[in-house]
Parts: sequence; C-alpha cells; structure tokens
Amino acid sequence: MTESNIAPKLLVQMHRELLRVRHAELALAERYKQQEMRTPTHFGVGQEAVAVGVCAALRKDDVAYSHHRSHNHFLAKGGSVYRLAAELFGRETGCSRGRGGSVHLTDLSVGFVASSAILGEALAAATGSALSFKMDKANRVSTAFFGDAVAEEGAFYECLGYAALMKLPVLYVCENNGYATESPLAIRQPEGVSITGRVKSFGIETFYVDGNDVCAVYETAAKAVAFAREHMLPVFLECTTYRWLEHVGPHFDHDLGRTYRDEAELQDWQQKCPVRRSETVLLATGLATEAELEGWEAAIKAEIEADIERAYADPWPDPSQLFDNAS
Amino acid sequence: MRILKYKEAISEATVQAMEADNSIFVTGHAVDYPSGIFGSTTAAAARFPDRVFDCPSMENGFAGIAVGAAAMGKRPLYVFPRADFMFLSFDNLLNLACKWRYMYGGNAGRVPIVFRAIVGKGWGQGATHSQSPHAPLAHFPGLTVALPATPADAKGLLLSALTGQDPVVIFEHRALYDTEGPVDEAMTPIPFGKANIVREGSDITIVATSFMVSEALVAAEELAARGVSVEIIDPRTVRPLDEKTILASVKKTGRLIVADTSWELCGFTSEVAALVAEKGFHHLKAPVRRIALANCPAPVSMKLEEAFYPKASTLANAALQLLGKASTDMAHIDQESLFKGPY
Repeated sequence: MTESNIAPKLLVQMHRELLRVRHAELALAERYKQQEMRTPTHFGVGQEAVAVGVCAALRKDDVAYSHHRSHNHFLAKGGSVYRLAAELFGRETGCSRGRGGSVHLTDLSVGFVASSAILGEALAAATGSALSFKMDKANRVSTAFFGDAVAEEGAFYECLGYAALMKLPVLYVCENNGYATESPLAIRQPEGVSITGRVKSFGIETFYVDGNDVCAVYETAAKAVAFAREHMLPVFLECTTYRWLEHVGPHFDHDLGRTYRDEAELQDWQQKCPVRRSETVLLATGLATEAELEGWEAAIKAEIEADIERAYADPWPDPSQLFDNAS
Repeated sequence: MRILKYKEAISEATVQAMEADNSIFVTGHAVDYPSGIFGSTTAAAARFPDRVFDCPSMENGFAGIAVGAAAMGKRPLYVFPRADFMFLSFDNLLNLACKWRYMYGGNAGRVPIVFRAIVGKGWGQGATHSQSPHAPLAHFPGLTVALPATPADAKGLLLSALTGQDPVVIFEHRALYDTEGPVDEAMTPIPFGKANIVREGSDITIVATSFMVSEALVAAEELAARGVSVEIIDPRTVRPLDEKTILASVKKTGRLIVADTSWELCGFTSEVAALVAEKGFHHLKAPVRRIALANCPAPVSMKLEEAFYPKASTLANAALQLLGKASTDMAHIDQESLFKGPY
C-alpha cells in the first residue's frame, strides 16, 4: 500500500468517491435483476480505483471519454447517480434522455463527453478533442478510458501514431482487466509483448500502475496528466485491474456456471478490493475511524437508493418525441 | 454570372467558409500540396496554412478524431481523394458521428463533420477506385448525403455543409471536375433536400444523380430533336430526399427513368422507384425504368469499361422504349471521357 504524499483531504475525498461508485454499481446491478432496465449493461464493480484515481488527477475542464463499461468513469468525472439510473431505466431525465442507454452516456457539464460501445471509437474521439485543444492552445487534457481489447483494434494504433506525430495532449488510460467479453488476454494478444511495450514504440511516455490501488493510480495519473499538459504530448497509462461481475449483466460468472474463469480467481482479486485497500490507508493514517467509515458508507448508500428511486419514478420519454435530434 | 469550373467552385466555397468561420480545418491526403486535391484545396492551403494540413493513412481513426474535434467546437473537412478509402471510416462515421446527436439525447451537442469523397470513373479506375456508396450511406439517419452535379451545386452544397450543424458526406465526381458553369460569387448555400429541376419537360421524367445529370442533358437534347420533351430532376441530396419535386414531375409526365452512378440493387434507383410506386403509382403510364451500373465490379479494360457505364445513349434509348418508340443507334451522342490519368 502506498504511503502517500497525497493531501489528507484528497484521500478522504477519493475514498468517498470509491464508495459512491462501488455502491452505485452494486445497487444498479441489484435493481437490474428486476428486468426493468432494458439496456445491455457492463458493470464496473472491482475497477473503481482506475476511474476515481485518474479523474481526481484531472481538472474539471479536462474532458473524458469512455467505452461500454463506462459507469465508473461517468460517475468519477462528476456525473450523477440519478441521471445514470434514469438513463438505465430509459427515462426522459436520463443523461442521454433514454436514447443512449448504458453504453452511451454524456454529461458535458462535468466534462464527460461521451461513451460508446464500439471498441476504439471513444479513444479516437478523445484524440480529436486533444487536437482541438492543441489548435486552440487551450491548456486542457483529453482522456480516453478503454480496455485491453482496444489494443487489438486498428484505430488504436492509428490514433497513437497521430497523437505522437501531432503532439496532442491526450491521456490514454488502458484498464487491463484481462478479458474481452469472455476471451482472456492470452488468446488475443501475443505472449511477451505488453500493451505498454507496444505503445512505447511510438515514442509515447508510458506509465504502468496497480489499478486496484487508488493512491498509486492517482499519483501516477497526476504525473501523467502534468506531463501531457506541460509538454503538450500524449501519455499512456496502463492499469491492471479485474471486473468482478460477468461481462454484461449483474451476476457473478460462477453463479451462472460459466467456465472461462473460476471463483478462486475472482476471490484472489477480491482480496485486492480497491475500496478495502483505501479503507486500510485511511485507518492507518488516522484519517478516519471504523465508525466514520461505516457512517460515510451508510449515508452514501442511502443517497444512492434515493437517487435510484427518484429516477424510477421519473417520466418516460413521450413517443411523440421519437424523432427528436434524428436529423 | 461568372463561369467557374467545378473544382474552382469547391475551392472558392472552402476559402470563403474558412474566412467566415475559423473553426473549420481541412485535412486528408495531400490537401496542402501544390496539386491540392486536383486544385480544390490549393487556395485554402495558401490562405490558411495552419488550418489545412496533411493526414496519415488512418481513415477510421481520423473519422473518430474528427468527431472528437467537432465535439469541442471544430468543423473538420476531411477529404478522400478516392471515395473508396472512405469505407475504412464507416465505423466512426456511421456508428458514432451520425448517431451522435440522437443517442446522447441532444445533450452531447452536435458534431458537424464534413467528408468530401471523390468518385472516379473511366481511364481504368477499376473495381476499387470508382465506387460511389451514397445509397448505403443515405440509409443511416443523421447523415446528409449530397451529390453536386454542377459547379454551382458544388459550391452551394459545400457551403451548406460547412455552415450546417450535422455530419455531411459530399460525393464529387471526377468526370465533373473540369466542367464549367455559372457560380454565384457570394456565399449562397444551397439547402439540403431541395431538388434541382435541371430542365423542364412534359413527356418523361429523368431523375438523375451526379454525373448522370450531364448524361441526361445530352440525352434530352437528342430526344428533343426527335420530338420528345424530357424533364430532368437532380435531387442534389439523396438524404434528405426531395420526394415532392420528384412526385410532382412524375405526375406531370407519367413516365420515369432513374439514372444513378452506382448499382441498381438496394440502390438509389430502387429508392426512387419505390417512392413512385408507393406514392405516385396512379400517375404512371409505363413501368419505371432504372439505369445504373452493370451488375459487376468496375472492370479496367477499356472495352469492358465502356460496356460497364451507362451513358447518354442508354438513357435516350430507354426513354424511347418507355414511349413505345423504336430505339436507334445513338452512339454518336455519347461524350468522350474527359477524365485522363494516371492519377
């Protein structure tokens, strides 16, 4: 565990944010089982430290894009549980007015521009926003969150080459959770050539971090963001992490009898739970007591439940508005 | 009014639009070279060296980059010297750009990206240097698809694209690049979804796109000499499609030929035929006739290529058949291809 130089206030803030993201996802996953959220949903339980640590290193006017597993990033950049829940319920008050669903989230007011389900799209768009910042000499950084499978897409290499060539202030964050749907990395990418290693060959500054350690993620991301901002250059950050739930849906794989990974593997990763690890830091540094931690958790869970209930009670979009924004 | 070439009209529209709006930038292969996309970007490159720049071979990546730049307020104009290379950009164009406004409920703003794609024909352009996928692209809500047939349209439609709010693909036909016509010096956008009644007539309607408009004009002249009055309608955009003007013309003439620069099956000719079958069937005095590319990839060999492309004589004969008149050899009316290689 990192004995960090992070300001106490930020450590507490990041922990509370981890709790918010974790419990929002757990609550949404539980609610999802009732078949009222009719949108294929990729939960990010277990991967919260990447989103929270990176977003804590960004400024509000920096932008972020994400992929299909985007709830963590949407929330960590400042998006609300209420608008996310309303989107999953297909309500007019959803962040995309019920037109996008789980994989198409936006909230420009917090700099979360877009998430998209097709691998590599968000990364390309993030690169384009960085091009815009460069042309305007704006001191802003554009961030792309994506998974390890994006490193199999052509657009990934196109964009790395372009960002390096054009010196674009973009932060590429690879959440390497080892699986693309149910295919492990070993059958998708050649042995002995890491994603970070490949990116280095573009002359891009790279960083590698334990993605379950929010302090380490923050400190590394802060360095990466500062580098991108100061030098107007792309940076790449690979975070190793693990998703607890199935690829798409609210269940554990072992509960459904899936065999691409076993329960023991999950339990190993649960030992590295980012929320528990952050708790340990707060307790060890005396920034919180057990009772305070429990109090925060209970209050955050209550807020989330209230947000979800409020979203559920919201109105559906009016079918007469089916063509809104179509052309 | 001044006479300009098609390529000069594109160039003028680009420069004027960039003067009016400094968020526009132009990229694509060799856009800033002296040859500048057959001269259509040379003036813009000279005038705005920071906003006209070359691009690596990364059609899909750059389409997404264009979206992300547009999301931050830029107006990218991405030029494909060969339309066929644009196929590589369909993911970001069709999955992201044209759905952007809808799928984020209008909350993520707009991404007004513009693609110029040049369609080849003749001089052995072959199977992968000559295709015009305007029909498949027009299938996707959220995308405007334009096919300028005249220098005036080339300027006016590009101005609409560069001042509009949504993604647009403009297909420019190489065979039209050196054609001349009157072009307004002022910035006068031509609205999307408004067909051009290129020629009025009473016996038969030819709905034609892009280069087929010029072929239809030649056919109409020949037919006029034989006492047949042809009305030519150029939709200018296939999405949005000006159904009203097409139906009004068919109502007047009772006969329809649809002539397009791509294939027949699931193509633009099918769309117009279906439109008239659904909404104008009672006006028809004869079956609809479709004139499109031969149902095979474009061959290279000169003799095969001649057989592959329909031309003025094909149209004129189809019109005579629809009118119940004997067809004749009209090869003498066919235009010699002005399109020379090697590029």
